[in-house]
Amino acid sequence: MKSVMSNTTPTGMTRSAFQPLLDRLRSFLFGNRVHRGIVFNTLLYILLIAIGFVYLQPLLFMFVTSIKSPDDLLNPMVQWVPTEFYLGNYEKGLRVLAYADTLFASVMVSVTPSLLQTFVASLVGYGLARYRFWGKPLVFVLLLATFIIPPQNTLIPQMLTYRDMGLLGNPLALILPALLGQGYRSAIFILIFYQTFQSLPKVLEESARLDGASDVRIFFSIAMPAALPAYIVSFIFSVVWYWNETFLTGVFLEGGVTTLPMQLSRFTQAYENLYPPGVVNIFDRLNEAVKMSGTFLNILPLLVIYFILQRWFVESVEMTGITGE
Amino acid sequence: MNTPTTPVPASTPTTVQTLPIQRSARREITLRTREALYGYGFILIWVIGFSLFTLIPLIQTFQYSLNKVTVTAQSISLDFVEWANYSRALFTDPNFIELVIGYMIETLVSVPIVLIFAMIIAMMLNLNFKLKALFRVIFFLPIVITSGPVIKELTAQGAASVPSIASVPAVVEFIAELPRALRSPVEYLLTSFVLILWFSGVQILIYLASLQKIDRSIYEAAAIDGASTWEIFWKIILPSLSTVTVVNAVYTIVTLSHFSENKVIRYIYDQTYDVQGGIGYASAMAFIYFAVMIVLLGIVYLFLMQWAKRGQGTR
Repeated sequence: MKSVMSNTTPTGMTRSAFQPLLDRLRSFLFGNRVHRGIVFNTLLYILLIAIGFVYLQPLLFMFVTSIKSPDDLLNPMVQWVPTEFYLGNYEKGLRVLAYADTLFASVMVSVTPSLLQTFVASLVGYGLARYRFWGKPLVFVLLLATFIIPPQNTLIPQMLTYRDMGLLGNPLALILPALLGQGYRSAIFILIFYQTFQSLPKVLEESARLDGASDVRIFFSIAMPAALPAYIVSFIFSVVWYWNETFLTGVFLEGGVTTLPMQLSRFTQAYENLYPPGVVNIFDRLNEAVKMSGTFLNILPLLVIYFILQRWFVESVEMTGITGE
Repeated sequence: MNTPTTPVPASTPTTVQTLPIQRSARREITLRTREALYGYGFILIWVIGFSLFTLIPLIQTFQYSLNKVTVTAQSISLDFVEWANYSRALFTDPNFIELVIGYMIETLVSVPIVLIFAMIIAMMLNLNFKLKALFRVIFFLPIVITSGPVIKELTAQGAASVPSIASVPAVVEFIAELPRALRSPVEYLLTSFVLILWFSGVQILIYLASLQKIDRSIYEAAAIDGASTWEIFWKIILPSLSTVTVVNAVYTIVTLSHFSENKVIRYIYDQTYDVQGGIGYASAMAFIYFAVMIVLLGIVYLFLMQWAKRGQGTR
């Protein structure tokens, strides 16, 4: 009895027999060199889900509210699950926003400047990346300046000039700056193209030059195709930023073309024009659900584009190397 | 040799080698001039745009800021008032300075949060786990939908605050106990934390790209040398993110300052059409705001550069 005890003391037991088990338990919980432990993984997922919820909750709330019928809105029992899938709010929302017209206007006003801006940015970026000339550092400083200078520091004279030229309310007011490389956040796109062209090998262009190709031709037939990912990424970001930009658009297009966000900002007024509050019955008055359907219709095109093109958003930076050393 | 001034077309390299040194030097000059000319050609369109849409309007806005501007249907009349608009904004107007101070506090609180948050998310997305693609799609949503009207809607819903924390009595008391200088940043932090997170989309993207550029073999080497994950973070990951952090900080400040729902911008915009204010006064405020923004950028830039240099040193 005694000898048995001395041979297998409790501590000795754990050392010899339980050690591999303990090690496995530890690596299961806290991970080892090859894989992460379950504790870490659980924490990771909790964090991911919590943050994901923060981003999704407003969208979900917006969507759920927008499909609530007037009855559901008044019913305090109905929070997250409406009793029916009610599309009446969207009917009204589509009418109030004049959806077909404003959507078309929004697409025109964001796609046209984006196309021009992307092309011009690539020209400038190519010039900066491939040619040596005096004053290049100055150009970079000024580029940064165009990014930093707040819009209201240049807005008023531009607006007055446009007014004199009769361009206020005309999409040209947004297209002209884009055409001359001064569109919304053009500096970022120029820097993207600068980075891209710098990272592309020069060899092909040099051999084309030896074969007698002109510089313009080299740009169009060699540099542009090689930088295709940068073009796609710049164009997508440009469209999204133009779409979301409401300050400049509001000032320059006021009284002319009406975009989707502009119409949303005067939603209440437009609604009361269509459904005068004194005339229509109480269920057709403006309520939260209709407003939410309007907001949702406003971001819906962007969401659709995003889910179709999400690969480009996610992999964009890796492909273009925006990070800028 | 007799026509050295005409631009020489790029010819076969064999002739260049047989030429005397003097001529090849000249040819070098003309080639460089030619290169510079083409370079200017490519950026010409930008230079014109810069003068027309940035430089001239900027100068004009400055001119307006020194005048009382009256706009009629036909013309613009200027009435020179020296620095009156500036002194009014700085010393007489009770709202403007308060809004600018609020903006400074908000920006200085937001920037570190955005940077730290974006860095954490980027590091999480850089790991391998199940459903990674789904989470990436969700986390990049802010890039697509962060716009003035949407953020306004979110704030109106109360989706922007941490509701359970900000309204707990103990927290309210705790805030009341704080010294005055600390009170408003802490209050802002609690009420707008989630709102700040909506501004981190692009920053996450930039951090993620930078993380993916770090060579895997560095991690492996460090692990073989016995470095813990903690040490790897401080000694390898953080220093390699230092440059990109500066880029992100600048981007964050500029985005926050240009955001169309920014209170200072709203105020300046409202004053433009105000009878009392007018274009001259709004222009003066725009310049003061610009100056404050530059100061903020400078502070954050110097701070981060100091840190980046130290990080580079220890590497």
